Order: sequence, then C-alpha cells, then structure tokens
Amino acid sequence: MKDLIIIGAGAIGSAAARTLAQYELDILVLEKESDVGEVTSSANSAIVHSGYDPVPGSEKAAMNVRGNLLYDQMCEELDIDMRKIGSLTIATNDEEVEILRGLEERGRQNGVPVQMLNREETLALEPNLTPEVKLALLAPTAGIVNTFELSVALMENAMDNGVKLNLNEAVTGIRAIEGGYEVTTNRAVYQTRAIVNAAGLFSDEINNFVNPVKYEIQPRKGEYFVLDHFDPDFIRHTIFTVPSSKGKGILVSPTTHGNYILGPSAEFVEEKDDYSTDGETLAQVLATAKKLVPSIPMNQVIREFSGLRAVEKSGHFIIEESLPGFVNLVGIQSPGLTSCPAIAEEVVKFLSNTMEMKKKADFNPRRRPMVRLNRMTPEERAEFVKKNPKFGNIICRCEMVSEGEVLDCIHRNCGAATIRGVKRRVRPGMGKCQGGFCQPRIIKILARELGIKNEDVRMKSPGSFILMGETK
Amino acid sequence: METKQYDLIIIGGGSAGLAAAIAAADHGVEKILILEKEDEAGGILLQCIHNGFGLHRFKEELTGPEYAARFASEAEKRSGIEIKVRSMVLKITAEKEVHYSSEAEGYCVVQGKAIVCATGCSERTRGAIKIPGDRPTGVMTAGLAQRYLNIDGYFVGKKVFILGSGDIGLIMARRMTLEGSKVLGVAELMPYSNGLTRNIVQCLNDFDIPLYLSHTVKKIIGKERLEKIVLAQVDEKFQFIPGTDQEFEVDTLLLSVGLIPSNPLLTEIGVQIHPKTSGPLVDENMQTSIPGIFSCGNSLHVHDLVDFVSMEGETAGIAAAQFIQGTLATSEDVIRTEPGPGVGYLLPASLHCGKDADGKENDFVLKFRVQKPFQNVSLVVKQNGQILKKVKKAFLIPAEMENLTIRQADLLEKNGILSVEVSNE
Amino acid sequence: MSEKKELICIVCPRGCHLTVDENMNVTGNFCKRGEVYGKNEVTNPTRTITSTVKIAGGTIPRLPVKTSQPIPKGRIFDVMAEIDRLTVQAPVEMNAVLLPNVLGTGADILATREIAAANS
Repeated sequence: MKDLIIIGAGAIGSAAARTLAQYELDILVLEKESDVGEVTSSANSAIVHSGYDPVPGSEKAAMNVRGNLLYDQMCEELDIDMRKIGSLTIATNDEEVEILRGLEERGRQNGVPVQMLNREETLALEPNLTPEVKLALLAPTAGIVNTFELSVALMENAMDNGVKLNLNEAVTGIRAIEGGYEVTTNRAVYQTRAIVNAAGLFSDEINNFVNPVKYEIQPRKGEYFVLDHFDPDFIRHTIFTVPSSKGKGILVSPTTHGNYILGPSAEFVEEKDDYSTDGETLAQVLATAKKLVPSIPMNQVIREFSGLRAVEKSGHFIIEESLPGFVNLVGIQSPGLTSCPAIAEEVVKFLSNTMEMKKKADFNPRRRPMVRLNRMTPEERAEFVKKNPKFGNIICRCEMVSEGEVLDCIHRNCGAATIRGVKRRVRPGMGKCQGGFCQPRIIKILARELGIKNEDVRMKSPGSFILMGETK
Repeated sequence: METKQYDLIIIGGGSAGLAAAIAAADHGVEKILILEKEDEAGGILLQCIHNGFGLHRFKEELTGPEYAARFASEAEKRSGIEIKVRSMVLKITAEKEVHYSSEAEGYCVVQGKAIVCATGCSERTRGAIKIPGDRPTGVMTAGLAQRYLNIDGYFVGKKVFILGSGDIGLIMARRMTLEGSKVLGVAELMPYSNGLTRNIVQCLNDFDIPLYLSHTVKKIIGKERLEKIVLAQVDEKFQFIPGTDQEFEVDTLLLSVGLIPSNPLLTEIGVQIHPKTSGPLVDENMQTSIPGIFSCGNSLHVHDLVDFVSMEGETAGIAAAQFIQGTLATSEDVIRTEPGPGVGYLLPASLHCGKDADGKENDFVLKFRVQKPFQNVSLVVKQNGQILKKVKKAFLIPAEMENLTIRQADLLEKNGILSVEVSNE
Repeated sequence: MSEKKELICIVCPRGCHLTVDENMNVTGNFCKRGEVYGKNEVTNPTRTITSTVKIAGGTIPRLPVKTSQPIPKGRIFDVMAEIDRLTVQAPVEMNAVLLPNVLGTGADILATREIAAANS
C-alpha cells in the first residue's frame, strides 16, 4: 500500500508533491495528460497576485497572501523565473475610482502593501498607458512567473526527492477500503493510505467517486493574445482593469521572457476540453486592452490561446480533508497559481491527522539550475560552450535556443517527452515563427533521445501527431 | 575573447548572401565570411525542388537546388570567400561585430569592415492571422510542410486544404497531389490570387484543385489532430457572408498567407525599419541607416523571383566592396521616395546621386508592388509632383514585383520626393 | 478533338482566358504568343516533373530529381510511380541519370543536386 497518491500534476498537485517530498512517504503522482502542468497551469495569465482582491477573511485571501509570500523562496530554490514587477490597477472614470478605493481598503485588510497613484505618477511609471487614467492602485508585491517552468520545476524537485510520477494515466474510479483507498486507473489498480485530489477541471469527478458531498466544476474559459518581445520598456508592470463579478478583468502584462500578454476573457463553457478561441471574444479582449494601453502593436501578435479555470459552483476554493486521508483541493481557480505553495502547506496539516509526518534527513530543496545562455556574458558563454559544445548548436532561430538546452530538459527528472514539453521548458517554438524553423529539429532530437521514430513524436497527447509516415 | 577580423561578413548563405559574396569578391574584397545557420549554403531554394527558377538570369528553367548549386559553386571558386555552416548569428553591433554560435567553434565574435544582412524571411503563422477555433496539430505553414516533404521525406497530411494562394501554397498543392495526398481546395481571402498565374494553372488547374476566391477559414475543428475546417465566403470588407459556410473533412491545413522579412539582428541595434515591408530602410546601395551595414534579398523585402534576389545581393555586395575600399559615394543630397496611389511600397527609401563602381553616374532601380490588380494603366514616376517618366502597362498584379529604372539625367534635382503611382491615364 | 477547351494562358502575368475550339481556333488571347500556347496546350500539353527519391547512405535522406525534358501531361502519375520506385545510393552527382528514358517518354530522371556519402 502506498502512503499517498496525488491525482493531478498541475501547479497545485506538483506543489503538493514537492512539499510532501520532505517527508518519509511513498508518493505516487497520477497525471492523465502527457506532461505536468499541461492544462490550466500552462494557460493562464502567469501572474503572482499580490492579494488585494479576494474578499478579506476568505480562504482565497489567506492562500493568495501566504502564497505570494512563499513565492520568493520557492522560486529561488527551484530556479523558476519570477519577478515581482508590481501591478497597477487602472481607474479611468469616477465609478472605477470608487471601486478602486474599495480595493485599496480590501488590500489593507488582507495585509497587502498597496498605494494609490494619481494620474501623473501613474503615467510617469508607464508612459504608454491611456492618458484617460484617473487613479491607479500600485501593488508592489505582484509579480510575473514562468508558469510553464513552475509545475515542471516543482515536480522535478519532488522526483529528485523520491516522488514517482506516472503520465498518461487517468483515474477511473476510487473506493474506500480498510485503512485507505483503492484507486483504479486506465492502467492499474493501486492501494493507498491517503489521496490528494488536485485534479483541477476534473477535481469534481475525483471527489464524487468517494465523497457523499458532491461538487461541480464549471470550466471558465479565458482567451488571450501573446505578443512578441519587441520592446522591453513598452509596459513594465502588470496592468489591470478594475475587476468585475466575472473575474479580475483584462490585463496587459510583460511575461518573464519579455513578451506581452493581453487577456483574459471570462466565459463559462460546457466542455472541459474546449480550448477553442473565438474571433468576437478576442476582439473584445483587444478593445478592452486598448483602453488600458492604446498603442498595443497588433502586428506583434504571435499567438492566441485559451485556458480553462476550474471554478467550483460555489465560487470558493475548497481545501479540506473531506474523508479521513482524502484531501480535496477543488475549485482552485485564480489565484490558484499564486496560492500553490500555501495550499501545499495546508495539505501537510490535513495529512498529519491520519499519518505520521516524519521529515527526511536528506531532502534537497534545490533544483539543479537551468542553463540560461542569454544571461551569460559573451566570455562566460564562450567558456561554457567550449566545455559543452551542444550548447553552441542553436536550433531555434526566434528564441535562440541551443541543442544543449533541449537535451538537458529531456534528460532531467520530469523531462520533456513531447514537442510541447520541450517548448514549455526551454522555449523553441515560442517565438514569431511558432516552430516553423525549429520543429523539424526538435522532432529529430526527441526521436533520437527517446529512441522512437520521427513520426512517433507527438505535439502533446497521443493523437496530436505531426508526421504521417515516410514518402516513397 | 579573440575577435577575428574580416573585410566583409555576410549573414545568410542563401541566394542573396551568396550573390553578395561573389560580387564583393569580384570587386576586390579579399576576406569574406558567410555565416550560414543550416548544414550547407543555398538557403530556402534547397527545399524548393520544383523548376521555374532562373528564367531571367540563365534563360532556362532550373530547380531550386540547381539554382543554389550554381551560386554555391561560384562562391567556392573564389578563394576569398569562407563559408561557415551550422553557425547561427546571435547578435551584431553597430561597430560591425558579429556574435555567432556553432557546435564546432562554440561562441565566437568576428568583426568586419562591412556587414551584409541576407537573413531571409519567415512565414506568417496561424497566430498572426488569428484563425479562430480549436488548436490541433495538422495546421502548419506551407514552407514547413515543404521542408518535411522534400528534405526530411515525410508526409504531413493525406487530406489537405490550403489557405492562401501564395506561391508556396500552390506549389505544395501540386507536390502533395503528386505524392498521393488529396488536396481539396485552396482558399484566398482576396478576390484575386496572390500567386503567379503559371502556378495557378500548373499546380491547381492541372489537377482540378478548386480555388475559392474571397473565401477564408472561419473555424478550425479537432481536439488533437485537425478533423475539419469551416470555410466561408467574405464580402468586400472581409466580413463573413452568412449562409456560405462549407465544411471540409481534412487532416491538414497548410497556410500560405504571406512572408515577413526577418530582421531581429537589425532591429536590436536600432536600424530603421520600413513600416510596410518590415525590412530595413535602405538607399540605392542597399545600405541601411547604419553606414556599412547592408541588406538584400527577402530580409529586405519579399521577392517574387529569385533572379531579383540575386541581383539585389550583387548590388549590396558591390556597394559593400565600395564601402570597404572607401569609394562608396555618399552625397549630402538625398531624394526620399514614397509610394503614390495604387502602389503598396516603394524601395529604396532614399536615393543619392553619385557614381557607380565603373565611375559612371548611377541609375536608380525602383522596386515596388501594386496594391491590387490593374489593367491598361500607366506607371508614373514623379519628383516633387512633376512627371519624370510614364510607362504603359497592360497588366499589373500584386503577386509580381515591379522594377523601373530612373537615370540621374531624368531627375529635376538631387533632393525632394520621388514617387511612383498607378494612373488610369 | 471534339469540343471547346477553356484555359488560362501563362505566357505573361495577364493570364488571358483562352478558348480553343474544335478547329483549333484560339480566342480570348491578347497576343500572338497566347495563340501558340493555346494550341500547344490542347494538342500536346507537356510538363516537367520534379520530385524526390530515397537515398541511402547520404548526408540527407531524400534526393531531389526532375525529368530531363517535359513529358506528356497525361503521363504525370505514371512517371511519378516510376520515380517512387527508385532508391539510390550515395554519393550522387548533380545531373546523374537515375533512370533513362522513363516509360519511353524520352525523358531521363536526373538528380538535381549532389549528395555526398555520410561521414565522408
């Protein structure tokens, strides 16, 4: 019998795995997708929220504020790209000014540093903002994070410390047994003393297998534009519209790679795998974004995408030990990404109720750092490449990624096994040409390193093939 | 770090870069380095295995690899030209340092007295044109499909639709049909084709592949691999016309929706960029806003025929030679150019009256594309509003690049604004 | 020939829509060259075929090829089937004849580039 099965390897499940890896536990993570952080955790705004927004006293507020606090150490230890660039929430009329003052007050109640800036102060910080700005709420502890790196780094470190991960394995049933649970998947049957349900969009279904209290996840879709890295000073903070009942509103933000992101929309959808984008919705996103930053250069758009938030019908984060040893992390929508290290702490508390939590003597909280060639001086880089020639072979023309970086990301724990896996870890395909140059090279490297045929390399899931056999 | 010195560094070993190197060598430049990112020089022509290249220059129809080989072997004959392959340029500086990286040599810095940027172009993607719908695999640019098919030897699709009537899309329609795939159609947003007539006839009509003008893809459907597309007709404002939806069950959608000059190296050092072409602003010598840095080929503007690419490469190579030798005439007087009615863009952006390599007064070759098809019109060259030259044209289409030569003697003065327009008179 | 044929002239970018009738009269052409093109296309249309063949032991896996001269349009797919049957061994020289007089058309299948043997 296993000590613990974590269902779901998104940011929440991966953070739980990494935190629990500190303890003497036999942990298995089951992920139905072909990679960690594949769904909601890689299709979001990639923001570390400061925590001024959630209702004071709510679980969301507590997790957000604590999560933000924990981010610095987590990202430092795991070498996750994260920068606390601060956010500006913008009011352009009297009604919005009123809402903004309410948010300032919420921020104070939540213990989040916030500061009101007048029009001139705001425009001095962000000259490309709309001249219509009347008042802005600056939250200096807000940040941006490489959301792709987050789940990968957490899980890699968890695996470095003994956690086991099974990909492409979907849970099809759970039942209570003597001293724990029996978990059935598309591949096997496991017995475990405890379960952490971090199944995101599917966390209701996992809960409903065993818990008499039923939940219902309603997927809420957010659609985005991604712009190229055309000017590092175009926008320096995360810029928000004032929030509405539908979500945090639209944001315009730099990403950790100097790209810009516009979005999201917020529409409830029926299907949990509906990642389509829609022309009209995106036109609205753009119109709203342009109210914040009128000069957004749309010829720099390189991609549109959508992500689904796992919203529980109640709208709340459900973080609880529902049954002995069955911990629910249900409805972890925004600010879930920010909250992940705080939620992981809660899981430890719940599990202490049913099992002995003994810390390992040899837990290593640090991940082997990523090789970041573009942050080296020419001399450092020349020296490094001399010793590691594969880092001299550049296989991505837009993002200047080397073969060495690709090989490294394949061969680490929680390594990349798909084109998208490589793209999310070290960026080939993220640039303007969207893989037009690098994709054939990535396919060859993956096939060679994984010992498979070129035509068996997948974008992500088993059905997402690129090549259809050799020509005559 | 050691910085190796060259006279001329050429970035990109495609037809523009090779032609520039050969011309520079023939004009006395002794130490020339070509940096090429691929395994061999030749550029995109190596995957363009179809014929039809070189009609202007060689008076015969060559395939892409044959055309590339002619230039590569000419370059090889000149001892002053060194080609480094699998070498990616990461950045250049205004001091004409070039940083490149390769597995064989590692991270290197070289410096030239002049630089020619011949870095080609890249294809517009789904993201750039914002096609709505799901995000399955099987939606790819035509050029990428061409590479998989012709270089790597892999099929990318069995049932195919092509969006965009650019030449690469048309060529791929024929190529995939010959290999046994079924091409269900080609859609073009505009009411006219963006490809050369020859390609419409020999790539589509020969195989009964329908061309849907004023149509575009409204929706992409498929969770993992593409399953189907919804095609719809558009009105003159490019809005979908209700009731015109048609579904096509396909596993592949190729995009041939435009090419964009690729110039990150130049933009990073602040070279001025042409707002219409996305290439740098150049003068008649293909010199950018930084003296001694030249641009040519598809990274300057997208060409229809490779013969014009190699010609432009030669112009840049000769000018770079003159720059290195200190004989590139630079005049304080500048004529600015601007496209007039009916003309999409006009190059070069500026002209200086001077002497060419033979010491004669230089002519100016104006290059441009028209905005839409025209019949029985005149191309009118004006300086400060006064007509300099008028050329009757029975037929003009945006798919073809137009050339007009202006002599210094034709000019009113060595300053002012020169324009080209399409006139009905 | 028993019926009218409609085609688009490719002699110049104008792209005249030609009609060639039963008696070989060409209409719709703007110039004389269009008439010649129209008659040729109806009586004996030919095309140059380009494709690739498998190459073993080379630096790259496919060798581009062409027919040395245009072949009758009606035989395109027959010639493609012959090309598909070919596999060659590296090294190959530019213009190497890989298959002479394919299907008696008088056209040879030629290599359109050289490919060196791998590791040479």
